[in-house]
Amino acid sequence: MSSNSFAYNEQSGGGEATELGQEATSTISPSGAFGLFSSDLKKNEDLKQMLESNKDSAKLDAMKRIVGMIAKGKNASELFPAVVKNVASKNIEIKKLVYVYLVRYAEEQQDLALLSISTFQRALKDPNQLIRASALRVLSSIRVPIIVPIMMLAIKEAAADLSPYVRKNAAHAIQKLYSLDPEQKEMLIEVIEKLLKDKSILVAGSVVMAFEEVCPDRIDLIHKNYRKLCNLLVDVEEWGQVVIIHMLTRYARTQFVSPWREDDGLEDNEKSFYDSDDEQKEKTDKRKKPYTMDPDHRLLIRNTKPLLQSRNAAVVMAVAQLYWHISPKSEAGIISKSLVRLLRSNREVQYIVLQNIATMSIQRKGMFEPYLKSFYVRSTDPTMIKTLKLEILTNLANEANISTLLREFQTYVKSQDKQFAAATIQTIGRCAANISEVTDTCLSGLVCLLSNRDEIVVAESVVVIKKLLQMQPAQHGEIIKHMAKLLDSITVPVARASILWLIGENCERVPKIAPDVLRKMAKSFTSEDDLVKLQILNLGAKLYLTNSKQTKLLTQYILNLGKYDQNYDIRDRTRFIRQLIVPNEKSGALSKYAKKIFLAQKPAPLLESPFKDRDHFQLGTLSHTLNAKAAGYLELSNWPEVAPDPSVRNVEVIDLAKEWTPAGKAKNENPTKKFYSESEEEEDSSDSSSDSGSESGSESGEEDEEGDSSEDSSEDSSSEPESESGRQSDTENRRVAKRNSKTKGKGDSKDEKKENEKSKTSDSSNAESSSVEESSSDSESESESESESESRKVTKEKEKKTKQDRNRLATDVSLLDLDDFNPVSTPVALPTPALSPSLIADLEGLNLSTSSSVISVSTPVFVPMKTHVLLHRMSGKGLAAHYSFPRQPCIFGDKMVSVQITLNNTTDKKIENIHIREKKLPIGMQMHVFNPIESLEPEGSITVSMGIDFCDSTQTASFQLCTKDDCFSVNIQPPVGELLLPVAMSEKDFKKEQGPSLFFFFSSRFAAKTVHSGSLMLVTVELKEGSTAQLIINTEKTVIGSVLLRELKPVLSQG
Amino acid sequence: MKMIHSLFLINCSGDIFLEKHWKSVVSQSVCDYFFEAQEKAADVENVPPVISTPHHYLISIYRDKLFFVSVIQTEVPPLFVIEFLHRVADTFQDYFGECSEAAIKDNVVIVYELLEEMLDNGFPLATESNILKELIKPPTILRSVVNSITGSSNVGDTLPTGQLSNIPWRRAGVKYTNNEAYFDVVEEIDAIIDKSGSTVFAEIQGVIDACIKLSGMPDLSLSFMNPRLLDDVSFHPCIRFKRWESERVLSFIPPDGNFRLISYRVSSQNLVAIPVYVKHSISFKENSSCGRFDVTIGPKQNMGKTIEGVTVTVHMPKVVLNMNLTPTQGSYTFDPVTKVLTWDVGKITPQKLPSLKGLVNLQSGAPKPEENPSLNIQFKIQQLAISGLKVNRLDMYGEKYKPFKGVKYVTKAGKFQVRT
Repeated sequence: MSSNSFAYNEQSGGGEATELGQEATSTISPSGAFGLFSSDLKKNEDLKQMLESNKDSAKLDAMKRIVGMIAKGKNASELFPAVVKNVASKNIEIKKLVYVYLVRYAEEQQDLALLSISTFQRALKDPNQLIRASALRVLSSIRVPIIVPIMMLAIKEAAADLSPYVRKNAAHAIQKLYSLDPEQKEMLIEVIEKLLKDKSILVAGSVVMAFEEVCPDRIDLIHKNYRKLCNLLVDVEEWGQVVIIHMLTRYARTQFVSPWREDDGLEDNEKSFYDSDDEQKEKTDKRKKPYTMDPDHRLLIRNTKPLLQSRNAAVVMAVAQLYWHISPKSEAGIISKSLVRLLRSNREVQYIVLQNIATMSIQRKGMFEPYLKSFYVRSTDPTMIKTLKLEILTNLANEANISTLLREFQTYVKSQDKQFAAATIQTIGRCAANISEVTDTCLSGLVCLLSNRDEIVVAESVVVIKKLLQMQPAQHGEIIKHMAKLLDSITVPVARASILWLIGENCERVPKIAPDVLRKMAKSFTSEDDLVKLQILNLGAKLYLTNSKQTKLLTQYILNLGKYDQNYDIRDRTRFIRQLIVPNEKSGALSKYAKKIFLAQKPAPLLESPFKDRDHFQLGTLSHTLNAKAAGYLELSNWPEVAPDPSVRNVEVIDLAKEWTPAGKAKNENPTKKFYSESEEEEDSSDSSSDSGSESGSESGEEDEEGDSSEDSSEDSSSEPESESGRQSDTENRRVAKRNSKTKGKGDSKDEKKENEKSKTSDSSNAESSSVEESSSDSESESESESESESRKVTKEKEKKTKQDRNRLATDVSLLDLDDFNPVSTPVALPTPALSPSLIADLEGLNLSTSSSVISVSTPVFVPMKTHVLLHRMSGKGLAAHYSFPRQPCIFGDKMVSVQITLNNTTDKKIENIHIREKKLPIGMQMHVFNPIESLEPEGSITVSMGIDFCDSTQTASFQLCTKDDCFSVNIQPPVGELLLPVAMSEKDFKKEQGPSLFFFFSSRFAAKTVHSGSLMLVTVELKEGSTAQLIINTEKTVIGSVLLRELKPVLSQG
Repeated sequence: MKMIHSLFLINCSGDIFLEKHWKSVVSQSVCDYFFEAQEKAADVENVPPVISTPHHYLISIYRDKLFFVSVIQTEVPPLFVIEFLHRVADTFQDYFGECSEAAIKDNVVIVYELLEEMLDNGFPLATESNILKELIKPPTILRSVVNSITGSSNVGDTLPTGQLSNIPWRRAGVKYTNNEAYFDVVEEIDAIIDKSGSTVFAEIQGVIDACIKLSGMPDLSLSFMNPRLLDDVSFHPCIRFKRWESERVLSFIPPDGNFRLISYRVSSQNLVAIPVYVKHSISFKENSSCGRFDVTIGPKQNMGKTIEGVTVTVHMPKVVLNMNLTPTQGSYTFDPVTKVLTWDVGKITPQKLPSLKGLVNLQSGAPKPEENPSLNIQFKIQQLAISGLKVNRLDMYGEKYKPFKGVKYVTKAGKFQVRT
């Protein structure tokens, strides 16, 4: 039994049958009907038998052939019952092929498809994430309405899955469920909201996709995640990048004010013309406040820039359109280089990119002028590419380059591709019309073309000349005469019609020729094209009015011919003209004006780019390409109006700031990360941009002014929540704002710092209590520590003390945990691996805690960190193991603490089969071990991660680390700080949780929850007069609380 | 954005030989709109990549004599789809060695499995080749034999390591006995030379293709002697952009195997040295059915290297019936149907310049061609990067072994056209 012969049968018989079936019903025929037509029932029987056999190889063979049928578009639906039985197959390849089959046919065989559901439900709980994910994929792809509730449930569960891969699939499933049953929208939005908070780069693109599909109008869901998305962008996979960038472009257009005010103009005549009524507003605006860009607006523009270097054309285009639509015009120039680069790509990419460049080049010539020559046409380009290039060249033409261009056009006109040659002639016409210096040159060039051998070229030239002459009549009698002669030879109707029209219009300038032309045309009237006939009638009428002596009879002859023409347009026109020009008793008042009517001055046609009207579509979209609104196109809104009253903008900011507060705290409080992102970035760049927090560091690097503006606005944003929550005095607000700006300035150029200082001094001149003084100088010292050159001195003794204090703090590892106590909003920011302790980190952690500037998430930076010895190489016979706490949410379980173990082989032999055995864990504690390592090369090292649920206790987890030959008992005891997860909490909530409390003079607050039970842990450090301080810890977990207190107290009291 | 709904693969003779639907089935008849457009376009190159039909939009690419036609229902960035389709074609190429109808038909199951993994609900899921290869193993003769005996499958059952990591392009646990890293610096000269031999337009486009076979997680940095030459660069995602920005060093953890590290353009300020010159005289006599054709090609500014692999391709005007030529070197063919003249020259030796001379037979009575055809020239120069770009050094961190390193330079003609 050879499968080849089967395949052959299948092709011949089955194919026909399928076609029959498809003809009968427009969809695939149901299996019963199919069977009747099928000549090879037996063959399918055979497939069925194979599927029912108990050998996997037979099943697999059968499935492969069935998939082959599906691929060819043949009907295999009658095998459904036989196939669906195998859905639970152990063989993963069979299973996958069954999935393929199910997705294809389930919609048609809904009842039978239900049989498979339970298998998927089981698979959804599988420990293997790939299996969970693919089960979800298939379950959500089978489009059977009955299972909507099951899908909903599965999606909800998957959205909370520990594996980001499964969550990604959940995001995809959202869209599928939505298209199956739009009623689920509200519930799905909840899931989207949840997934939007996800920090995984894997999920980001997919969930934004779902957002765009299900609820693109719920822009409010984005606010909280905006900065995170901006920062994650570089690391997201390329397809996700495209989707996110498009979404953020729309977002920016609704949330920020236009950056186009000041540098609007010059080049962009069109726009400034339209905006002229805005000008008034602009002036009033300027008097009050110059435009400063929202730092978040800046963040988006800055973070997308590296993506211009992407290898993916879609990403580059997405960034280009983002710059085009939302960046200040002066900055959009950088995209042209990248777009021109894409022209080296395949023809499809070229086509789309050229279209977009064409639209851009109409509005802003300057952008692409330096690349003029890149748009030169090669004879090997496909015509559609040639035409687009030509279009761009025309748009770029100006006085300076026109002579070069015309020389280039001369080559094109001679091209063998006549369609292209014709397009070139039109182009020359447009250049002639737009650039008055060359009008005459072009015109004479076009006249030369009239003697071209190719008719299409001549015809096109005639049409273009006609248009040009219309613009500047009077002086071109000679050309008209020349063209009149062409009537004898040229046959293209449009060209003939154009010549006739021209002669008619200028009949008084060529008094001798015109009647003769009419005579000739009268002779050939009946054989002319309709278009030409109409123009003959027109010519007759015009001549009748101006030179009736010579042409009266001729015209009447033509009118008679026209009266009996087959085409009713011509008969109509004939009647109309006769009534109008031939005086008779019936003719009304109109005939008096006939001359005015026919020989009125006609406005010259405008020669415009066909891409003129595309600019209202967002660039890079399908709608732009088609120049028609595609289904599902989301309009790019106009910038929000700038209200003369700036408070309108504040409202917006408040709104955003409110949302962002938690994240903001996270930033200040997690300085380690920020620090590393700065210093580390230089070396280890790829992650960096996601790290370089929203406002910190990288922000200001560019321009002073910019940094300034960001400070301004962050002042707004930060002061808001403060007053909101705490109802504190104004001075308090000021203070917060100021500190904020400090953080920002840090780590930047000196200029920037001076800026800071200025603001600082000015601030402190307004200033207030000593505590304010202190906090500001502290943040100062931090910038000092960063760049030694900073001359600013910390003067007060007390401060010095604190500094030393912190110094000592910094050396103590466990105390690093202070970072973690700080409020960090879990959804938005995750604590990155704490690095080797740094002075600055702690300083910031302590001092900036009450301020609320903003940070965004980062993916963990790749850095070494404090490790603890798990197994010394001496005792491990050459195997050394270290562990560390990466402080990332554990992927194995949310009650677990993730632990990273680094294994080193210090022997000169391979160590094989490293695994964990005999876990001796206290009750309640759980451990997720790493997969056994097959072998570790000499000198090799490997890092694995595992999860341990410590049950919120500091008890030791003991277990055995085994190799092929040996077993070593080891244990891990967590520092108390590792059992805590930072949480974000507003001041208000903090107080609420804390219970009745006093008003703090000055205090720092940290909130965290325990990993296992999620109990809150609130730490308050209250600075009293002098150097005394009060440390309060509120928690349900008294044991941990007291341990923590014990650990914290000595270090804090050292000062 | 519902992205890609269905995909049809169509061969040159208009047969739909594969279809795949990611959502409800779309009837093959939707392709009629495509065929219509194809007919209108006359030539495959001119089929518009985006076609609008009453209920769908068709976005297509043409690759290796095949059309990949995707069906779209709603707004989507067209480049997104185009780029993805090319990625699909690349994957086929990668898996089967060629992207042809025969290869796809022979491996239809793998193709289906791949398409299933690459898109979910029309949105790309896994497009990185190393991830795909862990999920679905490429076919080899050995493997198919082994599989048929042992019954093991081509399908991986665990999530590829790359899928979850920050560096999805590399899989974990790569191991080689010989650790090697090779880089090919390939530069192409795009030029338009006018009739008189002066350069209308010339620029250098380059790529660095890498073949990296290194164990573990090597962290490489590649530096240049003259990085400022690179005007515009696009990177493989593995390259750390910041590092390039600040130090002009390419720092990356490489994918395993072959990949394109960067593509670049050399800044246009630099004058491009054109390595060849062409002397030509092509003329068609008025009112006669013949013309003369005489082309000589010679080296110029070749920096002491040999120019080899020279071919000249000419699309002759339609009125040309046949050509009767004598090459002093190499061989020529003329296809009277497509009117394409190809002259395979080979190596240019300065002592004896290759030339191709002879008569052109024209259709009698037809007007003489308006324009002389332009010459498209291909050539290759080994051991030379025409821009002068030089790799300075390659350093490896993170692994202890000493890799074998190699850099090769080649200059080629890109779109090199001589107008006559």
